[in-house]
Amino acid sequence: MMWDYVKMALFGVIAVLAAIAANYARDAAYLVNALTIMAVAAGMFFWTVRSTGEAKPVEEGEYMDGVVRAGVIATCFWGVVGFAAGTFIAFQLAFPELNFDWAQGYANFGRLRPLHTSAVIFAFGGNALIATSFYVVQRTSAARLWGGNAAWFVFWGFQLMIVLAATGYLLGATQSKEYAEPEWYVDWWLTIVWVVYLAVFLGTIIKRKEPHIYVANWFYLSFIVTVAMLHVVNNLSIPVSIFGSKSVQVFAGVQDAMTQWWYGHNAVGFFLTAGFLGMMYYFVPKQAERPVFSYKLSIIHFWALIFLYIWAGPHHLHYTALPDWASTLGMVFSIMLWMPSWGGMINGLMTLSGAWDKLRTDPVIRMMVVSVGFYGMSTFEGPMMSIKAVNSLSHYTDWTIGHVHSGALGWNGMITFGALYFLVPKLWHRERLYSLSMVSWHFWLATIGIVLYASAMWVTGIMEGLMWREVDAQGFLVNSFADTVAAKFPMYVVRGTGGLLYITGALIMCYNLWKTVTSAPAEARAPVAAPAE
Amino acid sequence: MDTYSLTRAFADSWALLFLTLFFVGVIVWVFRPGSTKGHRDSANIPFRHEDKPATDKEARP
Repeated sequence: MMWDYVKMALFGVIAVLAAIAANYARDAAYLVNALTIMAVAAGMFFWTVRSTGEAKPVEEGEYMDGVVRAGVIATCFWGVVGFAAGTFIAFQLAFPELNFDWAQGYANFGRLRPLHTSAVIFAFGGNALIATSFYVVQRTSAARLWGGNAAWFVFWGFQLMIVLAATGYLLGATQSKEYAEPEWYVDWWLTIVWVVYLAVFLGTIIKRKEPHIYVANWFYLSFIVTVAMLHVVNNLSIPVSIFGSKSVQVFAGVQDAMTQWWYGHNAVGFFLTAGFLGMMYYFVPKQAERPVFSYKLSIIHFWALIFLYIWAGPHHLHYTALPDWASTLGMVFSIMLWMPSWGGMINGLMTLSGAWDKLRTDPVIRMMVVSVGFYGMSTFEGPMMSIKAVNSLSHYTDWTIGHVHSGALGWNGMITFGALYFLVPKLWHRERLYSLSMVSWHFWLATIGIVLYASAMWVTGIMEGLMWREVDAQGFLVNSFADTVAAKFPMYVVRGTGGLLYITGALIMCYNLWKTVTSAPAEARAPVAAPAE
Repeated sequence: MDTYSLTRAFADSWALLFLTLFFVGVIVWVFRPGSTKGHRDSANIPFRHEDKPATDKEARP
């Protein structure tokens, strides 16, 4: 009761402060963000008033799955939004007329591109990570989530962060740091949400009933801790005004660039790799119904990955003002990183040894295997591209974009789809998925989509890299920049088509999961028996 | 000495040594004789407690 009154007071104060902030707002993005916060706080105020005094049952003997279900729904929703934004901006590059005159300044490529990257990485990937980490940490610790409704705070706080960031981008709020575009107040909010996330996750591990902390939790934990560190250091900035969205970075020049790519590459390493490896180490064994190939290898995989990834960032800054030694260090560590990455891939794939026949009968495991395959492929391509000589050809070209997408669509996307297909029947107590042939359709559409995307970007990337450096007998450059743009047109159409196939697959998945919840036969639950001990 | 040179010297000597030894230690620990049984048990954690948390009685030391 007392806590409800504190909450009401808190929400009331926040709503009033947000209204004041909106009144003094110095730019459109800040105004809309302040009004959003005001509306959310006011809504929460009334919701607390209405629900106060209600008895809240404590279910210590059950897992807390409501928040995981919400996370699964959010993952599907933001996935479709992010894929749609990506497909649209892919066609904007092929057909510039799609940068409509009437939407100039709001829906042109420059505004929509961070919307796409944040939607797929943080909204789709982030929700998938939060949901699966909550599911996995409970099962492998044999304990309910720690902190009661704190997990719900993490979920809704994260959605609020996404909405603030996305509306801010469209209205021009950005601190111009790739994958760290949100402005200062969104950064501060995410820091609060993330610390609570860490507390919930760590609290659950601490009260675990299993003596050993399962390897998936090590990967999830390293993802949460490292992202907290990266986020805080890379977003050290001073707001120009507390009533405006603009802020100024504390670091300047090459220090700022190095901090940004230390952040950027470890966002790949710890958000898109370590976190998703947490998924792999739980869902692949579960779907294959056999323990991971080698637990020893998984421990070495973890520590080698952690020790090497953090140093690889400088390879984003070859041939810049960055000192040569730092850039060489980044390259060497990137190449060394190949080993733990392939160790992990082998561990994931070989989990199926003795059960390879499942590949023929189970499209979900097929999805997971292809995902691990793409993990292996992009973790070979990445070290190769980090070599200075290769980078001098590949950097600033579409090859980089192709590399990112074979990792993101292939590895992150496919392992998430596999986890969703595993989770939905479990979470909604269904006997099985609604349709396995739909999973097959999704699998093929997504796989062919990625192949079209990646191969188009290899061709166009290497082509434009070669065109940029082509000189004639007198040493003059042969091609203007516009020549490369014109030459890339067919590949851009192929890339957009790949995106269309990928999002079609995702829509089929959403329909299939929806029908699983509403129409698949309910699971026959064994009657609860008293333990016979 | 200025802070940059000081931290730089520390990073590529003692810190590097410590991190390398820690990593070697992990490998030795993983492959220590008699560890296989424990690892096999850990690998089977996902196949326990799927539907409900463990009660205090079931909790393993």
